[in-house]
Amino acid sequence: MNPTSVFDDFGAYLQAFGYTFSLFVVAGALSMVLGTVLAAMRVGPIAVLRVAGTTYVTVVRNTPLVIVFAFFSFAAPIFSIRFNWLDVHVGSFDFTAFFGAAVVSLTLYTSTFVCEAIRSGINAVSLGQAEAARAIGLPFAGVMREVVLPQAFRASVPPLASVQIALIKNTSVAAVFGIAEAVAQMRSFTNDFSSQRTGIFLLFALGYVVIVEAFSFLAGRIERRWRVAT
Amino acid sequence: MTTGILFDAPGPRTVVRHRIYSAVALVGLILTIVWAVGRLSDAGQFEAAKWEVFTTPDYLRVILVDGLLNTLKMAAAAVLGAVVLGFLLGVGKLSEHGWVRWPAWAVVELFRALPVLLMMVFTWYLLGIDKDGSSFQAVVIALTLYNGAVLAEVLRAGVLAVPRGQAEAAYALGMRKSQVMTIVLMPQAVKIMLPAIISQCIVALKDTALGQYVLAPGLTQVYSQIYLEFDNRVPTMFVIASIYILINLLLTALATWVQKRYVGERKPLEVSAVGTADQTIV
Repeated sequence: MNPTSVFDDFGAYLQAFGYTFSLFVVAGALSMVLGTVLAAMRVGPIAVLRVAGTTYVTVVRNTPLVIVFAFFSFAAPIFSIRFNWLDVHVGSFDFTAFFGAAVVSLTLYTSTFVCEAIRSGINAVSLGQAEAARAIGLPFAGVMREVVLPQAFRASVPPLASVQIALIKNTSVAAVFGIAEAVAQMRSFTNDFSSQRTGIFLLFALGYVVIVEAFSFLAGRIERRWRVAT
Repeated sequence: MTTGILFDAPGPRTVVRHRIYSAVALVGLILTIVWAVGRLSDAGQFEAAKWEVFTTPDYLRVILVDGLLNTLKMAAAAVLGAVVLGFLLGVGKLSEHGWVRWPAWAVVELFRALPVLLMMVFTWYLLGIDKDGSSFQAVVIALTLYNGAVLAEVLRAGVLAVPRGQAEAAYALGMRKSQVMTIVLMPQAVKIMLPAIISQCIVALKDTALGQYVLAPGLTQVYSQIYLEFDNRVPTMFVIASIYILINLLLTALATWVQKRYVGERKPLEVSAVGTADQTIV
């Protein structure tokens, strides 16, 4: 029960959560960018892009993340998409091709949820707001900058926070594809010291709870501060 | 305009400009697709030998019975378990007794904050990795715990979404707490919750694919069996992904229909599927 194996090799534990955290940060930032682009495509006036965006979101959202990962590990080379150029070493961390593929898979998957969160934010702004802004003579840019987007952005903070917390948990899928992040490390500890499995599980669970609660505390603060007055 | 809020009705010049953008986007999109199909074809992914297996009755049976059926079994068992667990935890969270409410809250928060894969691996080792069927059970248990925690939150939000007057009227008639819950609140809450429960089925179904990591049966296992035998990884991936997407789209359609039929104009129940320490969020 007492997970001495983890305490003896605490560096491995921290390193595993380091990978989890870096996957989250990099894929989180990239998915916000791609998700915003997708949302712009879906709410924009150009029908072709709207259809393309909708199709992409529908297909990727309904595909299990494991299959998105598999696609990026095995089908992407056919399209000359490779990550061999990625070879960064920071301290004891190695960010190589596996890491690149994992980040891209997580980004492609998460961006569809980011897109939906932003869209729901835009839908939350009532039509009267934009109409009133136009009625007092604001130009398009003014309507967007002064009235619609600030409200839409605020309204999309809570769903965006949920999406990013889901991403923290989804980084665990990288374990299936050869990254030594937390779940992979836990499996390896459990494999070697199976009598300590409950303690090992609790320690790794604690790591996730800490990351998730810290992030949701932060998101809660931002949310309260930016909440739209109702 | 369909987008209403963002854009005013376009004038003639804007309409022309949008047509030009559309044409450019269309050409770009078609070129990308042609390029992608060309690369796939150069890599020999369209060769009949790589696809033949999907028209062979024996292998179709393997995909549908060993793969799809097992996946659906895991998902169905997990959803059933999750509904029961979610009901218990949800009622627990609504309890007026702190000693019931707080443990229920803690359990819900914990299981919502943990990756399903983490629970799967732990349960798998706990059940014994050599034992027959332990990976199947591990997938079901992990999915039950996670989805149960989410459904507890759905149930709580559903009950709180019933207009307050309903409970007050029931108390005024002299009903007990349990009667108010079972006779008045629950039947109305279930209607409101149905679409959210169906959406949760989609999550559970998608997550069965994680079973790959604990060597569980199902579509992902059939996927590796087939591509190892026929060296057709990409075509198999397409087929397996299509099966998942198709079923999920059917479930989405069902959820939309149920929403229209039983809930009406009211906004769909939205519950974040992730842990937040905040107990006030409904």
